[in-house]
Amino acid sequence: MQPEFETTIQVLKKNFKAQVSEFRGDVRVNLPAESIVPAGKMLRDELGFNLLSTMTAVDYWPEQKPRFDVLYQFTSVTHILSLSVLVQVPGINPSLPTISGVFKNAIWRERELWDMFGIKFEGHPDLRRILMPADWEGHPLRKDYPLGYEEPHFTFNFEEIDLRKPYAKE
Amino acid sequence: MGVEQKLANMGAVTTTLETVVNWSRTRAMWPLLFGLACCAIEMMAAEGAHYDMSRFGMELMRPSPRQSDLMIVAGRVSRKMAPVLRRLYDQMPEPKWVIAMGDCASCGGVFNNYAVVAGVDEIVPVDIYIAGCPPRPEALIHGIMTLYDKVNHEKIKDQA
Repeated sequence: MQPEFETTIQVLKKNFKAQVSEFRGDVRVNLPAESIVPAGKMLRDELGFNLLSTMTAVDYWPEQKPRFDVLYQFTSVTHILSLSVLVQVPGINPSLPTISGVFKNAIWRERELWDMFGIKFEGHPDLRRILMPADWEGHPLRKDYPLGYEEPHFTFNFEEIDLRKPYAKE
Repeated sequence: MGVEQKLANMGAVTTTLETVVNWSRTRAMWPLLFGLACCAIEMMAAEGAHYDMSRFGMELMRPSPRQSDLMIVAGRVSRKMAPVLRRLYDQMPEPKWVIAMGDCASCGGVFNNYAVVAGVDEIVPVDIYIAGCPPRPEALIHGIMTLYDKVNHEKIKDQA
């Protein structure tokens, strides 16, 4: 582990029951869901991680419980450091407290996670779909979302598919 | 040595109204200026000096749908783009034609998922499909020439 991470890890371990792991120099911190907002605030104000560079989620259905991993990537521009923070979210009524009060760019990131994974962010100012059309049903990046929309055309089923294809009218 | 020859010698030409109308439509068919993905790069190449679509009077891309006759759907259409595309089509004045350029616009191509429309013919009526991923500029020019051939055979009485 890079020596620059030492203080950050110590502080997070002391305050938030953080579990720390490392893979090829990338440091990852597992945090319980309720402490992500105070941890984000502490990372920004006291530890110098002043940028939330990305935020994403992974669906591990059906292998893993709890089902979702939500990843926050904090960057320290001054110290040139990057820290992953991972929060696990259960599959039934998945929800997390919003971090948009601390990092404002999380507003769009959390809208994307709501759109793609259906993870609700409590206290979010404007939780709408961001990528899919507003009347879309379901959350496409979930593992139990149906994969294909259209059956592939071959010579043996071309006519059958052609009959039920919704062609546009003039 | 029919009547046409004699009249031509006198400086007059006889023809049918259909031929004149179709001729004028094909000689200045202006496409709508928009591209959706990598096919648009090939479309730009076809418009450039190397392939020079303007030889056929088809290079003048109009940025407004109200001035254009031809819609070249160059690229994959996402579900969110689909209503926009239909709206552009509705804003074009009659007569209008649509070319689905490339595999994605024709049938969804390599995409079979929630995000991409499986063929633009579900949104607008398509006249010509051009295969290729992406089609070369020659293929696009051939597609437009095929469309001209189609327009040249249109009958006024069919258009009602």
